[in-house]
Amino acid sequence: MASLADTHTPGAHGHSSLQHQFDTMEQQKESSTLGMWVFLVTEIMFFGGLFLAYVAYRTRYPEAFAAASHTLDVTMGAVNTAVLICSSLTMALAIWCAQTNRRKGIVLFLLLTILLGAVFLGVKAVEYADKFEHHHVPGASFQFHTEGGHTGAEDPNLAQHTQLFFSLYFVMTGLHATHMIIGIAILGFLAFYAWRGRYDREYHNPLEMTGLYWHFVDIVWIFLFPLLYLLGAHAS
Amino acid sequence: MAEHDSPEKTLRTYILVFVALLVLTFATVLVARINFGAMNDVVAMAIAVTKALLVILFFMHVRHSTRATKLTALAGFFWLALLIGITMLDFKALGKIMDVPLQGVEAPVPGK
Repeated sequence: MASLADTHTPGAHGHSSLQHQFDTMEQQKESSTLGMWVFLVTEIMFFGGLFLAYVAYRTRYPEAFAAASHTLDVTMGAVNTAVLICSSLTMALAIWCAQTNRRKGIVLFLLLTILLGAVFLGVKAVEYADKFEHHHVPGASFQFHTEGGHTGAEDPNLAQHTQLFFSLYFVMTGLHATHMIIGIAILGFLAFYAWRGRYDREYHNPLEMTGLYWHFVDIVWIFLFPLLYLLGAHAS
Repeated sequence: MAEHDSPEKTLRTYILVFVALLVLTFATVLVARINFGAMNDVVAMAIAVTKALLVILFFMHVRHSTRATKLTALAGFFWLALLIGITMLDFKALGKIMDVPLQGVEAPVPGK
């Protein structure tokens, strides 16, 4: 990843962080940005396959998907959406601090971003625990009790088909959470280097590139939230 | 890139985008309580796409990026649209095949 490569620049202090293959800092930054976006395009396709599976199975089993989605906690999902949006703001502010040469600001906002990411994962852990408690984890002990509104008239295997929803729920949110954990780890390194004074107005490519990654992960959740949590609003 | 605007203006933009994203999150939860029938998904996705565009253009600075970067980002989402769009065309046309590996005997869902 471009961001990791850049942090290994030997003697990265201000202008000296211009690597020999580039003519100007601007050119170096544009190259990093383009490279990072190429990586993000592969990420779009990575998550895209799962979104496709979701759309296909939901088109096939709309009743089961609505019933399963109905069991998710909309409040927790909405709070987590807000937490991620806040973390995107703090990430953007960390870069803003670099652009205006505020070293302590960079460290502060990076640590805040890590904290908000941890809050998101904490809420997610509570939700996962709830799934295990209600036997909503796909597998041998999976159980789904249909409520009054779902007599199974249209889909006799409704309970079984809700397993497809929960499978997709765990894979999609799990892959998203994995990205968050990786992001938090990178942010930790950045906070350390920022505290050491490696980033300033002239050079803060690793911050910019990690920012792109972090915002991308935010965008994935912006789509996961309505698709997983809100479609059950009119289940019965 | 982002330095085209003054730091004060950039800061104001970030705060405005942040507020807009929170308002849209609140809106999507509220709107989900109203039943628009087949339009439910369209409304939810319209809000999600608006939020994604705000993040991409302002937080990810694509607004101030080079043309190559803009084209790359656009190509990613274009390919995603192709992936989902063309597969679903096929899926709708050949839907009945799905019964065989999944359940064996199963009535197709009426009206779909």
